[in-house]
Amino acid sequence: MRIEETAMKKALIAMSGGVDSSVAAYLTQEAGYACIGCTMKLYDNEDAGIAREKTCCSLDDIEDARAVANRLGMPYYVFNFTEEFREQIIGKFARSYLCGMTPNPCIDCNRCMKFEKLLDRAAVLGCDKIVTGHYAQVVETAQGYQLRKGADAGKDQSYVLYMLTQQQLAHILFPLGGMPKAEVRKIAEEHGFVNAHKRDSQDICFVPDGDYARVIEAQTGITPPEGDFVDTKGNVIGRHAGIIHYTVGQRRGLGLELGHAAYVCGIDAGQNRVVIGDSKDLFSDTVHVQDVNWIAGTPPQEALRCAAKIRYRHPEQPAELTFIGEREAVLHFDVPQRAVTAGQAAVFYDGDIVLGGGTIVTK
Amino acid sequence: MIYADHAATTAVSPAAIAAMIPYLDTVYGNPSSPHLFGQRAKAALDDARSRIAHCLHADAKEIYFTSGGSEADNQALRTAAMIGAANGKRHIVSAAFEHHAVLHTLDALAREGFTVTLLPVPEDGILPAADVAAALREDTALVSVMYANNEIGTVQPAAEIGAVCRKRGVLFHTDAVQAAGHLPLDVQADCIDLLAISAHKFHGPKGIGVLYARRGITPKPLIFGGGQERGRRAGTENVPAIMGMAAALEEATAHLPENTVRLTALRDRIIAGLRAIPQSCLNGDAVRRLPANIHFSFAGIEGESLLMLLDSRGICASAGSACASGSTEPSHVLTAIGRSRALANGSLRLSIGEECTEADADCIVQNVQEIVSYLREAAHWNEN
Repeated sequence: MRIEETAMKKALIAMSGGVDSSVAAYLTQEAGYACIGCTMKLYDNEDAGIAREKTCCSLDDIEDARAVANRLGMPYYVFNFTEEFREQIIGKFARSYLCGMTPNPCIDCNRCMKFEKLLDRAAVLGCDKIVTGHYAQVVETAQGYQLRKGADAGKDQSYVLYMLTQQQLAHILFPLGGMPKAEVRKIAEEHGFVNAHKRDSQDICFVPDGDYARVIEAQTGITPPEGDFVDTKGNVIGRHAGIIHYTVGQRRGLGLELGHAAYVCGIDAGQNRVVIGDSKDLFSDTVHVQDVNWIAGTPPQEALRCAAKIRYRHPEQPAELTFIGEREAVLHFDVPQRAVTAGQAAVFYDGDIVLGGGTIVTK
Repeated sequence: MIYADHAATTAVSPAAIAAMIPYLDTVYGNPSSPHLFGQRAKAALDDARSRIAHCLHADAKEIYFTSGGSEADNQALRTAAMIGAANGKRHIVSAAFEHHAVLHTLDALAREGFTVTLLPVPEDGILPAADVAAALREDTALVSVMYANNEIGTVQPAAEIGAVCRKRGVLFHTDAVQAAGHLPLDVQADCIDLLAISAHKFHGPKGIGVLYARRGITPKPLIFGGGQERGRRAGTENVPAIMGMAAALEEATAHLPENTVRLTALRDRIIAGLRAIPQSCLNGDAVRRLPANIHFSFAGIEGESLLMLLDSRGICASAGSACASGSTEPSHVLTAIGRSRALANGSLRLSIGEECTEADADCIVQNVQEIVSYLREAAHWNEN
């Protein structure tokens, strides 16, 4: 049975209340789709351990999204995904930190919420496409769908989309992929969108004040114990405040006076130790990656040259990629890279094409 | 469009609109003004107060106008708590399935040092008066139990609970927001000390409600300012809305017997139709429920999807209570009556109105049947 037979193709627009997804909604409508706007309510303020409004799921943002949907004359719904988000995203975020990793919850949210749960909703509603305001491009080729970088190099968000599958890509539209941000704001202004001048979101939405540790403690009820700072040889050189307060590459807030610049260069959750080194200890050329998604489908048998990013703002660097299992690979960078961090994503590129990516692990 | 969300709000009736209009553009004086023009508004206000009191079997002096049900509930609970505290009683008995206007006020009172016992509710959604009696202590100041539940529509034994409270010298408050205009209300027969109603649930306008406080109970003001409502609720009276509310309540009260018969038959017709859906369950007692309330859970579906698809077919329904964002919140009522999370997530509240026909009822049933089976079979792109 098809629900609501209509001659027009239908699209479900994921609207955050920000300018990007609002313009994406407008462009999708212009492209001839019958559009339904929606916002995922992902957490309550209690989940973020804070009463603050300037976050992507707050009531203000929902009202902005609704205002734009009304202006465009499209039906609009709010989906309550707080339960799934708490378990799958905030919970995983907290568990990763407790294991000494530095996770990227936005990637997990794309994987589990936007392009899984919301995509299912789209299917149920008879929508052929799901639309987001990401700066990335989907290109259909004879060999299948490709994910490519957004045309605006400064805004490219393909890094957080490496997990997309062929099946998902077939049902995704990124209307902003070929557009510079300036043009997006211009379109928003021209159409009088309430959020035309709204600032871009920067933080992790459920940690609006940047205090990860408090959110982790509130979610898990665990306050990780203090422990030892050790140098790269294992000598104890001080006390740390609990491993969740640290990330690899961190320099500030260590409270160590060693007479030289000191950096976190490793977190050993098992022994509750934080390893401190100097700048050169942060560099390594080998990166182990798990849970790899290879967008084209079957991963290559042979080692292959690519460019890889090991965090969102990392300019991609030449490397050799070798699969050592179906979903496990090793990257060998031509030049050692600074602060390879477990829990972050490594994403592989061939020019503008995203080949795939996975989660960095310590070996 | 079939509107089946009357528990959320109703259309203002033509009689209520007609009653309001003169007080918007003709007799628009301020009831507190000393001039005769203002006094005409004051006379209308007094008349409305008497007529509303009559519908509730109360005295006009026991009627206080508020901005709606939530304010009336807040004021009732705070009033009773203050009276209790003055007598050294700081214990309150209520139930887990109350409206948030009650639950969140009780949370606030608990933070202010009151002890709150929230009674569990049996699966049939009806709180036995004996459970209330058993929860009373020497220091119990107040019992607050709703007249009828806003989600699952179950009607509570208010008269029995009222009798228990009166006998034990405990104040009894009831949130009658869902009951007013839908069930006969008699504050004397039911031994009710404090009661809250809201006009827009019975074809009156939004933003107006009533706090009934039995003679001898002086409401504690929540809003300070002028001396309106005998000094218990400051702010210029919303005369047009009050006139509309009085007309709507009188109209609903006058037609209550025949509406009840007609709506109950339609309700039971829909319930029978939805019961035919496999793995469905009616929430709340089948008989002791509001004449217009139908509340079901369907295993294996998401309520949000069901609501949207009904909406796309022109049927307005609800899953229970909605938050300010318009998203569906997990229902504390269904949790209270012991429904599993999965069943609670797949729930649907239909609240029909007087305009509902048998054809509408059948149309609702057919669409729910179709959509539930579609949602259970729907292939998802993410599943390989």
